[in-house]
Amino acid sequence: MTVSELKDKLALKVAALPYPEREISGVYIGDLLSWVMGRANCGDAWITIMSNKNIAAVATLADTACVILAEGVEPDEGVGALAEEKGINILLSDAGAYDTAVAMSKLL
Amino acid sequence: MSEALSFRFSVDGENFTSAGQASVQVKKNLRQLGLDPEIIRRVSIAMYEGEINMVIHAGGGVAEVKVAEEFVEIILEDHGPGIADIEQAMQAGFSTAPDKIRSLGFGAGMGLPNMKRYTDYMDIESKVGEGTRITMRVNIT
Repeated sequence: MTVSELKDKLALKVAALPYPEREISGVYIGDLLSWVMGRANCGDAWITIMSNKNIAAVATLADTACVILAEGVEPDEGVGALAEEKGINILLSDAGAYDTAVAMSKLL
Repeated sequence: MSEALSFRFSVDGENFTSAGQASVQVKKNLRQLGLDPEIIRRVSIAMYEGEINMVIHAGGGVAEVKVAEEFVEIILEDHGPGIADIEQAMQAGFSTAPDKIRSLGFGAGMGLPNMKRYTDYMDIESKVGEGTRITMRVNIT
């Protein structure tokens, strides 16, 4: 499933979507950035409540397919624009991390 | 043997939210060189962890990346407080990061363990009150 398809199927909002056709291969949930870099796989959708600029760097380095901010969290000011520039997809979910992941497990 | 290609970056100790610029740039440079994506991922993550450490603990420093025939070498050097007990610092979960840093998602005590995990060689030289020099290598072949 692509990031764009996920966005449509779960009716997620978009903070940045420079690579809508990027394929999602799995899911990783976490807010501690070193854990994300240590454990997330390339191509995962990364679900978090962290909203600061560092998520763009972490998503770039870990090569995740997209970041999903859960619990209705909005990105900090400037993060959406930075993500567009760095080629990082960021979607927004009003649901919690668990519910978002459960919904995704039915699609992947 | 041909001369190693090298990149050098100054890591700004004041600007925490833009930390990672050097690692992201290295990722780009290594991509242009056509290195294997998994090698690039390991190099750039190990470097990012080191870069963040220099910003959190040492007020910045210098990062140098050399691309040799058999490995990519990352050298991180700072003039921060140094590491009193390297063995303790290497333990997963051990952290001296302040709360402000933790609230940003760092300071989980996984930085040095991740650097070790993602590299084939890692050496830490540190003197309390003088600074720290970390050398890491990721094998290409």
